[in-house]
Parts: sequence; structure tokens; C-alpha cells
Amino acid sequence: MSRIGVFICHCGENISRTVDVERVAQVTARLPGVAIALDYKYMCSDPGQNLLKKAVAEHKLDGVVVAACSPRMHEKTFRNAARAAGLNPFLCEMANIREHCSWVHEDREEATAKAIDIVKFTVSRVKKDRALAPITVPITKRALVIGGGIAGIQAALDIADAGHQVVLVEREPSIGGHMAQLSETFPTLDCSQCIMTPKMVDVANHPNIKLYTWSEIEEVSGYIGNFQVTVRRKARSVDEDKCTGCGVCMAKCPQKKIDNAFDRNLGTRPAIYVPFPQAVPNTPVIDRDNCTRFKTGKCGVCEKVCGPGAIDYGQQDQLIVEPVGAIVVASGFDLYNIGPKPADSPYEGYGEFGYGAIPDVIDGLTFERLASASGPTGGKILRPSDGKEPKQVVFIQCVGSRAREKGISYCSKICCMYTAKHTMLYKHKIHDGQAYVFFMDARTPGKNYDEFWRRAVEEEEAVYIRGMVSRLYQKGDKVVVMGSDVLVGVQVEIEADLVVLATAVQARTGADLLAQKLGISYDRYNFYSEAHAKLKPVECATAGIYLAGACQGPKDIPDTVSQASAAAAKVMTLFAKDQLEREPIVARVNERNCAGCLACKKVCPYGAVEEKEIRDRNGNLIKTVAYVNPGVCGGCGTCQATCPSKSVELDGYTDEQIMAMIEAL
Amino acid sequence: MKYAFFPGCSLESTGWDFDRSTRAVCRALGIDLVDIPDWVCCGSTPAHTTNASLSVALPVMNLQKAKEMGLPVLTACASCYARLRTANHTVLNDPEERGRAERVTGKPYDGRVEVRHLLDVLVNDLGVDAVREKVRRPLKGMKVACYYGCLLTRPPDIVAFDNAEHPSCMDRLLTAIGAEPVEWPYKTECCGASLSITRSEIVNRLSHRLLSMARQAGADCLAVACPLCESNLDLRQADAVKAHGAIPETPVLYVTQFLGLALGLSSGDVGLEALTVSAESLLAGIGRDQ
Repeated sequence: MSRIGVFICHCGENISRTVDVERVAQVTARLPGVAIALDYKYMCSDPGQNLLKKAVAEHKLDGVVVAACSPRMHEKTFRNAARAAGLNPFLCEMANIREHCSWVHEDREEATAKAIDIVKFTVSRVKKDRALAPITVPITKRALVIGGGIAGIQAALDIADAGHQVVLVEREPSIGGHMAQLSETFPTLDCSQCIMTPKMVDVANHPNIKLYTWSEIEEVSGYIGNFQVTVRRKARSVDEDKCTGCGVCMAKCPQKKIDNAFDRNLGTRPAIYVPFPQAVPNTPVIDRDNCTRFKTGKCGVCEKVCGPGAIDYGQQDQLIVEPVGAIVVASGFDLYNIGPKPADSPYEGYGEFGYGAIPDVIDGLTFERLASASGPTGGKILRPSDGKEPKQVVFIQCVGSRAREKGISYCSKICCMYTAKHTMLYKHKIHDGQAYVFFMDARTPGKNYDEFWRRAVEEEEAVYIRGMVSRLYQKGDKVVVMGSDVLVGVQVEIEADLVVLATAVQARTGADLLAQKLGISYDRYNFYSEAHAKLKPVECATAGIYLAGACQGPKDIPDTVSQASAAAAKVMTLFAKDQLEREPIVARVNERNCAGCLACKKVCPYGAVEEKEIRDRNGNLIKTVAYVNPGVCGGCGTCQATCPSKSVELDGYTDEQIMAMIEAL
Repeated sequence: MKYAFFPGCSLESTGWDFDRSTRAVCRALGIDLVDIPDWVCCGSTPAHTTNASLSVALPVMNLQKAKEMGLPVLTACASCYARLRTANHTVLNDPEERGRAERVTGKPYDGRVEVRHLLDVLVNDLGVDAVREKVRRPLKGMKVACYYGCLLTRPPDIVAFDNAEHPSCMDRLLTAIGAEPVEWPYKTECCGASLSITRSEIVNRLSHRLLSMARQAGADCLAVACPLCESNLDLRQADAVKAHGAIPETPVLYVTQFLGLALGLSSGDVGLEALTVSAESLLAGIGRDQ
């Protein structure tokens, strides 16, 4: 006869509001094999865990059921408590009566009956649990960081400074990301380049950082501690070892009329280029789509003028496999497109704002380039249509954000602050100019943030109009802004010289594809999901993968840097151990029954099934069977469902256990 | 393509030319319209400004009749369209109002009779290409400002078959029949609607604003799909000009009148004589009736 202990949690009122927990305890106490059943307000607290430990000792329990929240929340907590009390932790199971019961039901009677059922079948399951020992696997103490913006740079530097090898992969020809495009940063107005570029140089010079720019993640396999990452190094057409970065090729390139994406297409660049003069590495790349040599075969000027002979038109993409133990994803964000709806975008865009066809209607990042000392105008704020100084500038917040009818209901978080900053930058450069801001709410939580915004309003004379804009249209050389002032209750029309739209922060195009390669989850907006909104904000649910920066949701620079350092700290914690303990919830093959059909091998998503030869004492082959590598097995149970002879089973979820659970009902 | 047609009151009175041209165009394009027998007023603005339940019950009476016909409803008037769609929405989402409407009409109604606007059917079901194929008199060089007004696209959750803030269905149709729709910013601005009767000075101001912007944008005429928009811009044009300054005479036609002319129908077939500002100037450019 088993001696099971059942511990029912109130979860404050989360469970007890809907489920009569005392009754659940009374009923389950009488179940065969249950030695004790009791309830407590917070089982996960220290006194709660002590109750469990005491009961294990006093009642000599050989199994424990904690009826509380999801195992994803606290299974580990209670298994540790069981272990501390001398019980094998895998003889402790959760009965989820919160997410699966109290949170989703209203009727107290029915919910209580269901909670009793859930406890009942979990008791039956625990009776057939086996004591298991954790599996240990070695850890590759190298980290991969995906994305070379400020998030990736910070995470890479932190991990590298701790003495671990880091592979930093960046899609663009240079690291720097969006922050390198900014002019000045809130709330201190320090120059973005001045605080950013030294960090970029640190990355390039760090002995522990291997930098792959102009590269993308091709494939990821393996698991925490033991990932294999295939990196595609796109052909640069320039030999990085030979190139000295002298820039002659760029100066001599005859094709100079290509829109400069780094400058938001305000200026042009040659076909062989670095995105900006402070690029790291300072090695150009040939834009093959626009290079005359690649398009027609005629040209080759750069090859002729290159002193060290670094130009290599024949270079091919290279695939490099890097073994790493942990991955930090810092792939950044895109801005809501104000132009016509791109084919791959779920969002309709703003026809009423001219779909980007009005030249003096620009987005915030474009304004950053106009205000930046290294931008296309050398830091002079001049409007794109005719290069004149705009005397009336209208800033419109929440374009795309907080607009359910446009497809996005979230707040982009950074726009209130950067718009306030824009009005200041504008006023500092054009003293007789007037800035207007249309806003819904000014959301400025953050250290010295509200003070910054108030400064824009009170000292820098930006006129804030609370209300939305319904339409923008060109009238002569002005842009007419039709809006409303909801505080005064009037319609407002402003004839502006320049309009700046604070467009929504969006997940990167293709963020979903990267997530699928990594096996991490993402939300409906393609932002990557953290394992727990409050308690695991930088971890993915997939072990060994961590998040940093705006790929997880809109974030400003201080938050991004904090999260990047937090992700780095998590990686260092992982690397502090030499061996990793993994849950032994893995599949085992009954070799006696296995017919060696290897149907399990075909369906295993982890590639964990191998062939194993069984020989007699003379070395003669008796048969070939399946073998599950416990280090690789993900514990999904697909093999168990597939096996025609029921010869492979997942520990903790055997057919016998599942049947016992059903019979208990 | 067969629909239960709901003409609505305006199409029987000030907008009779919208009625005539709608029927003529549908006939020419092979869309079969069967009038809902014994239909009643949709309630329009007077109902929903005075009694919310009445504004549901009146459209429901018509929808119940359409349900018996077993056909989806088609309407041309923007206001009728908005009221019928809103009634369906209310019946589906507000059990109390639904109960009241069923008590008043004495019949059950589930809110599931489909209600379509003529433009929706033309653009999304029939398609602009099918319309283009039937053109016999292209409206070459005709510069038109397509004016959608308030009700055709709002509220977007209930009525929209096009982008609510930046609709384009009329522009696409007119392009297909050879006209040149102009890009202009007041597509969905208000004309003053029923204030025409109680506060006509407001309508004069708003109509003047719309007409002068259309002219500034290079249009010679306007296309509308709402009887009230038409009367505010056409009938009140002289008043608007008197109150707010001269604009060249600007014909305001129903989109169906443009379509009819392009499909080869005569000006009488589409009721051009109903217009206050004559469309003669437009006909000169595309050739007389054949």
C-alpha cells in the first residue's frame, strides 16, 4: 500500500475563491493509499514547504501530490522540498487545480468536484512513479549572441569580460543597430554615437569575441549546454584579412546613386560601402544587387584601385558550425512602415497620411538622421522636399501604436520620450521654429523622464495638443494636418513645413522565422515570449536561450542595456557549472520487446533515437533495437505514441500511468 | 447574382435618379434585383436620434422580409446600408434589444441576413475587371473626386468593406471605366448630412469646403454614393457659393450615373435630368448618347 501525501494550496484566494479546498482535502484524505491530505494558504511559501517536509518525515510518505498551480510554475519548488525531506523528487507531482480549474470555472460546486478528480488521478499516477536520478550533461562554455545592436553588444561584452568565448552574429555589414542611427538620447541628450562607438570598438578588439557581420543564423540544433549553430557568412566580396579600410574603393566606385538605408534613404551610397563612417568592422561589402560588375560584368574599378588586393568577386557564402552552450537573442525591432502596405505585413498602413508619398512626412528615425551630426545634412534640420528649414513642425505620436483598428493595440513605449526629445533638438537648432505634438497620453515613467518631458513643454515651448490626427495632405509647399484638440473640444488645422510620425515599434520582419529556427515562442505580434512575465523576464521557455532588447517588446536604451546584462548574467550562471543537470523525463526503450522497426527514429523531433546492436556473448548479432540518447531526448512522448509494440515509454508518463489516471475517474 | 433590393425612402424621392441609375446599371451588369415587398423606412437619422429601439426595429422589419425571400440584401443608399448593418450588429450582440425588436415586429430575427452595399458587390464580387469589359463609352479624361462621406465606411467594425479612413472602391471603379479619379484629402469628411434642414448654414460651409477642395485637387465633378451627400453638394451648391464665394459649377453625380454612362446608357436612363447642376459639360467630353 502506498503512503501518499496530498497538499492542497489556496494560492491566496486564486484557488480557494472557486474551489472548496477544505472539502478537497477531506475527500482525498479517504482515497486508498493516501496517508495524509491537508490544505494551506500558500503551499509555495516557507511554512508551506515545511508542512510538506514535516509530513514526509512523520508519515513516511512514498509519494507527494501538490494540488496547486501549473507544474511550469512551481514543480521544481516542490520537488526540491521533497528532495530536502529525503524523498526522490520525481515522486512528487503537481495536480494543477489553478490554471486547469479555478481560473477557468465559475461554479464552486462543479469546480470543487473537478479539483477532486484532478487530485484523484494525480494520486493514481504518483503511485506508479519511479524514483529517477537526474541526467548530467557537459556544458560548452561558449555563448552565441544574435544581433549586434546595443543589446547584443552589451550582452557580448559582459559575457566576454567574464572570461567566456562569445560568437556575435550580425545581419548587417556593421554592428551598431538602431542606436548608431540616433542623434542624441533621452533623458540626458548625450550624443548616441559618442556613447555607442567606443563599445563597438571594444567588441572588435575583445580577445573573447568572435564577430561575424554580414551573417545570419542558418540552423540551430541541440539543447541547453550543447547547441550546434550553423552561421551563414554571406559573401562580402571583400577579403576581411587583406582590407585595410582605406576607403578608396568606395570613393572610386562609379555607381553612387543607391539609396542609403542607414540614412533612411535621405542620402545615397556607392555599391561597395560601409553603412556609416564609424562602422565596425570598417570593411566594405559589395551590394551585389546594385553593383555594375555583378549586374553586367563590366566595371571592376574597385578591384583595380584596391592596393592590398582585397576585392574578391568570386567569394561564396560560407556555412560555419559553432558549438555553443547558451544563446542570447538580441535581434531588435523594425518601425511600422508608413509607405504602401508591404506584401508580408499584416498591417494596412496609413492611407490618410498619404502612404509615405508626401515627401515632408517622415518617421522618427528619419528625423534622427536629419538631426544627427553624421547624418546626410550634417545635423542641419532641413526638410526632404526642398532642403528648406522647417519653421513649423508637427509631431504625431501613436502612429500605429495603441490603434486596434490598425492592428496593433500595444504601446510602443519609447515614442513619448523621443518625441519630447525631437522637439528639443528642433528648438535647439531652429530657435524661431515652433513644434506641435499631437498626443493621446504622455507616458513618461522612468528616472528623470517626466522632468524631461515637462522641460520640452515648459522651457522649450513645444505645444502639446491632446488629440488625434485624421488626415495629412499636401497643399502647395505645406502639409496640412487635420486634427482635433479633445481638451478644448475643437478641430485643429495646422499648415506644417514638416510632419514627423512616431511610428510603432514592431517585431523584425522575419522574427517568426528566426524563432522557429531557435524553437522559442513568440506572441501574436512576433515579439519573443519570456518564460514568465515577472519572474523570468529574460529567459525563454526553451532552456539555454535568453532574450535581450526590443525583440521581446518595445524598449528604450536603459531597459535594453539592463536586460542585456541580465541575460549575460544568466549565461554566466549557467557557465558557472561544469555539468548540467537535466530532468530525467526521457523515453526508455524496452529492448526485450523492441522489434527494431525504428518508427520512433523517424518521428523523433530531437534526433535522439539511435540504433543499438544487441549481441550474444560470442559477439553474434541477435537484433538491432532503438536506443534513446537521454542527453538529447526532449521528453515529448511522440515515440511512445508511435511505437507499434509499445516498447518505448516516457518516464512519468507511461501507458500504465495514463491508464491508471483514466481509471481513477 | 440575385439580391433582395432595399431602395429606401430617398431613392423614391430626392434621389430617384440614384434609384433609376442603380437599377439600370445592375441590369446591364447582370445583377438581378428583386424589391423587398412592402418595405418600410430604415429609420435613418430621425429614428436613432430619438429612440434606439425604433432604430433597430425598423430595419429588422425589412430584414425579416428579406429572410423570407431567402436572398441577401443589397442597398445603394449609404444611410440605409449603415442602419441595416447596425441593426444586424445590435441583434447579434444585444439580446435585450433583440427581444424588443422581436416583440415589436411580432417575429423572430437572428441578425444573420447578409446586407451588402452596391459598391461592395461591384468591386469585391463582380470585380472591376468585369465592369471594365462592359464599358462602351469610356469616360476619357473625366477628372472625378470620389467622395465617400461618413456613413459608407463608418463605424468600421460594422460597415466597412473598404479601408475606413482611406477608401478606394469608387476610385477603382471609376478608373476601370476610363475616368481619372483625383487624389484629394476630403474623401471621408462630413457634408453636414441632415443638418441640411435644421442648420443649413453649416451644410453650406461644409459643402463649400468639399467642393472647393475637389476643384483645387483638379476635379471637374464629384462622384457620391449617398443621397444626402448628393443633395447637399448639388442642390445646396448655389447657396454654398452665395455664402462662401465663387466656385465653378461642379456637377455632382451618383457613382451609378457615371457607371451607366460608361456602360452606354443614355443620360435619361440614368436620370441626369434630376441634377440641379447640369452634367452637360461632362457629356461633351465623352460623346453624346448613342
